[in-house]
Amino acid sequence: MLRFLFLIPFFPFAGFAALTLGGRRLGRHAAAVGAGSVGLSALASLALAAGFLISPPPGYVYTQSLWTWMKVGGFSPGISLYLDALSLVMVLVVSVVSFLIHVYSGGFMSRGEGRRFFAYMNLFVGFMLTLVLAGNLVLLYLGWEGVGLCSYLLIGFWYRDAANGRAARKAFIVTRVGDTSMAIALFLLFAKLGTLEIQPLLKLAASHWQAGSGLAVAASLLLLGGALGKSAQLPLQTWLPDAMAGPTPVSALIHAATMVTAGVYLIARTNVLFSLAPQVRLLVAIIGAATLLLAGFSALTQRDIKRVLAYSTISQIGYMFLALGVGAWSAAIFHFMTHAFFKALLFLAAGVVIKGLAEEHDMFRMGGLRRQLPLAFWTFLAGAASLSALPLVTAGFYSKDLILWDAWSSASGSHWLWAAGLAGAFLTSIYTFRMVFLIFFGASRSRVGSRPGFIMQAPLVVLAALSLVGGFIEAPGAPFLSGFLHHALPVFQQAGGSAAVEFAFALISAAASLAGIYLAYHLFLRRPARAAALAASSSGRLLHRWWYSGWGFDWFYDRVFVMPYAWLARVSKSDPLDLIFAGASRLAAGAGRLFGRTQTGRTRWYAAGIAAGAIVVLALAVNW
Amino acid sequence: MILAWLILWLLAGGLVAWLSACRGDAWPRWISLITLLVELAVLAALWTGYYAHGSLAAPERWLAELDLPWIPALGARIHLALDGVGLLMLLLTNFLGIVAVAASWRGIRYRTGFFHFNMLWILAAIAGVFLAVDLFMFYFFWELMLVPLYFVIGIWGHENRVYATLKFFIFTQASSLLMLVAILGLYFVHGRATGVYTFDYGGLLGTPMSSFTEMVLMLGFFVAFAVKLPALPVHTWLPDAHTEAPTAGSVHLAGLVLKVGAFGMLRFLVPLFPHAASRFALPAMLLAVAGIIYGALLAFAQTDLKRMVAYTSISHMGFVLLGIFAWNQLALQGVVVVMIAHGVSTGALFVIVGDLQDRIHTRDLDRMSGLWSVMPRMGGAAMLFALASLGLPGLGNFVGEFLVLIGVYQVSIPLAALASLGFIVSTVYALWLVERAFLGRNLNKWRLPDYNLRESTVMAAMIAVITALGIYPQPVLGTARVALEKLGRYAAAYHQPAAARPAPPAGSAHAGRDGAGGSS
Repeated sequence: MLRFLFLIPFFPFAGFAALTLGGRRLGRHAAAVGAGSVGLSALASLALAAGFLISPPPGYVYTQSLWTWMKVGGFSPGISLYLDALSLVMVLVVSVVSFLIHVYSGGFMSRGEGRRFFAYMNLFVGFMLTLVLAGNLVLLYLGWEGVGLCSYLLIGFWYRDAANGRAARKAFIVTRVGDTSMAIALFLLFAKLGTLEIQPLLKLAASHWQAGSGLAVAASLLLLGGALGKSAQLPLQTWLPDAMAGPTPVSALIHAATMVTAGVYLIARTNVLFSLAPQVRLLVAIIGAATLLLAGFSALTQRDIKRVLAYSTISQIGYMFLALGVGAWSAAIFHFMTHAFFKALLFLAAGVVIKGLAEEHDMFRMGGLRRQLPLAFWTFLAGAASLSALPLVTAGFYSKDLILWDAWSSASGSHWLWAAGLAGAFLTSIYTFRMVFLIFFGASRSRVGSRPGFIMQAPLVVLAALSLVGGFIEAPGAPFLSGFLHHALPVFQQAGGSAAVEFAFALISAAASLAGIYLAYHLFLRRPARAAALAASSSGRLLHRWWYSGWGFDWFYDRVFVMPYAWLARVSKSDPLDLIFAGASRLAAGAGRLFGRTQTGRTRWYAAGIAAGAIVVLALAVNW
Repeated sequence: MILAWLILWLLAGGLVAWLSACRGDAWPRWISLITLLVELAVLAALWTGYYAHGSLAAPERWLAELDLPWIPALGARIHLALDGVGLLMLLLTNFLGIVAVAASWRGIRYRTGFFHFNMLWILAAIAGVFLAVDLFMFYFFWELMLVPLYFVIGIWGHENRVYATLKFFIFTQASSLLMLVAILGLYFVHGRATGVYTFDYGGLLGTPMSSFTEMVLMLGFFVAFAVKLPALPVHTWLPDAHTEAPTAGSVHLAGLVLKVGAFGMLRFLVPLFPHAASRFALPAMLLAVAGIIYGALLAFAQTDLKRMVAYTSISHMGFVLLGIFAWNQLALQGVVVVMIAHGVSTGALFVIVGDLQDRIHTRDLDRMSGLWSVMPRMGGAAMLFALASLGLPGLGNFVGEFLVLIGVYQVSIPLAALASLGFIVSTVYALWLVERAFLGRNLNKWRLPDYNLRESTVMAAMIAVITALGIYPQPVLGTARVALEKLGRYAAAYHQPAAARPAPPAGSAHAGRDGAGGSS
């Protein structure tokens, strides 16, 4: 059964190849080919998961080597796959969510653009599955860069609009900054440990390096750099809001459910290194906490529905980083899973709204849509409830509450981290229900042009169900998921706290969520004038503009990196080093002209010259 | 004897192509194409043969050798020899030769016969450079390469070709003279020390000389190779030559002439002068890193598409120089892969630029925009090779650059980290190229034919090579391995600079070389 592991990434790659190389006739069935290949991959991973659970391989690990990629001396990364509890969970979530989004895209994208779209999407899924299944860091890096490429291609999918191209380029370059840091981490790990196979490498690191040693810190810092870029965390978060230029299913798949969580996976995968560097782990937690707050504030002020969701994604990944930082490895993966469900759902439902209103993104021009788009409303509501961690009935509640409790009770946790997370939860429910109220309640401002067909509705319903009940896989008292993940990830180190305290904390986070929803109701539905007045006051305007622009990071980076680089390029366009040679040639030409002057044709001058020369030579000869 | 035939076949093909031109323009094209295809088939057969017999794994012998007396009075011999690296370079030479012929199928409209004569003679001379193991002969081929290339750029080039050819000729000629002096210097130093006056590579290895002499001679070679490579600051002939050359000339320049410089460093410079090279490693590597960044920055600055691609070459060849002076097996294998991958990817970009210029009669990026919507196939190809340029894993350039960097890291961490910035700056120019030319709206209302069968075939072949190199480079690595290990042994002193030399002059810098862990 497990022998067929390679088929999981193979199907999407095959779909890509078929769509690129197959002629026009195939192009007409692009959606079927695209969704079909990912469907096969999802089926394969479900079957594989069943096999894995029924008869686990020895040590809960299965590896498969396909071929040697490059072999130079001791450096021989292979195209080899590694399946354990962690990668199995990732593969399941990625392939199933991808399949649902592909099906939805079949209805969302118009016919003419289907072939290119599904080719890129399939390529993405192939790379993403390669990333999570990679047995060594070089192959992981291949998947890592591959998903970055597909992200670029799909953000700029509607390439005729120059703004999309800019957004795509920005996303690629910013993430590449992180990727470069990750590449250097690979060089370091190979130089010091002599291998890039993940499991042997982690074992060697654990036995050779002491906790807090410089090498462990350097390696995990550099890896963290890669994770920050891909997962859009501080300070490399600026590309994600702009990435919303891509088609909505792309935002759902790449910029919410899968690719942006690759950083979380990377850190979880190399958790041994991070455990060896407690300082870096603390940094991870702090970055997570800071990001979740900053992005939460920015989400509060956006008008574009997709940008709210983008900031929300940044913020929710901040929770995952917070969890990783306090050593709550499986809580991070749990939140990754529930987030993949509800955030994909929110994007897809938003896509229905946007398409229904003929590409309208501004929430202030929506309103009252709950009657016209009932399915979108109910499913969006399910996703929003899950995102705001509505107590008991949503998956998001269980995963977020777990992170908050772990941040408090972890041996490496702190009250501050918990407080930041709690404040973030409060913010989350405000901005989430701000969306719900602005879009679906209030006065109707526009007519819906098109309604989704069955193939767009079905994925919404499935994802809504998963967003609500998906949390029970890790219900308090029956932690199935973390029990399973502990075959691959270290057990969470709890410092203290009894069940009663944990229950009290659950009550607090439930209260934060409900309070946020009430506040959103109060500000955006009952008394919208009050929210407007708040934003219009002088300090309100300032804050609003600051948050709206994502805390001015773009402004800052433009001045510190982009403009100087462009300026440097402009002034050196004609190659300053060429001036050396241009100068030399001018010197030669000038000297030639100078000596040319002496050729006057007057015998008297020539005779004088000869005489002077003779005197000099004689003088030299005598004095020597 | 097969080695001589490899060269003579091309020379003869060139002559026949020239003579056949009186029968019509199609003749020289077909004759060159067939000549090159036959040669490629022979090389491929040789390659598979060596593979099957395991000759590639046999450490001490050349794969094939030809040694005939030439000028006994001077000690110069006709000595050709083939090793794994040379074989790969020959394969690349012929492959790109075919690409160049196919790419100029329509573009060259006058003096077709002479054009193809020049093309084949360039290839023959380059093959000679890759095969010669007698320095006199090496220099002969080295110079022979220039003349036809001079004609190709000077006759079939673009507007500003006279300036470009002059510059190209002066740069290469002046630097070659330095190498000639260095060759003669080595000849006499060796003769005086041992009584044997010879130009033979094997004989000259390990010539005893003072460190000052070694450094001077090494620098003579270095300048010649650095100009060809090109390394900063003697790169400035390249953008001009590339921009003005016809497509085929650019393909030859980027794909092959640049490789000759790298090959010379690999085979001659470091093995002949290991101590001096070792002492010179830090400056050379600094030049390399500077070249990586500088080339990428200037590529981004250009508005002439061809000039832009030319500057990307400088950036890529920085990795080659860096890897050579790191001189461990990881980096050297990386160098070989970068040489091939750069030849193919940059060659392809030049072909694309040429095809574009044939269609819209400009290379100005400002006049292009939205070409994807009219020519999706060309756009896709350009995108793919731009991605290869920025080092996307799965394509050939990544394998090479990654191996180089992982090798350099063993030698110098700061240099590896600085060179890694190349990943970022190359992303900037590569995406900029695609975006400016192909994305956006079709502002100029271009209505152009997309790639036809001939052009698509050329691109498909190059895409196949660059992809194969990216996901399964093992055949290339396996072919180069023994040859590189042999070079590593020749230059074993490279990593113990002080030990073998009795009295290195005081203050000779060994900085940056500590921790150079031998060939791994």
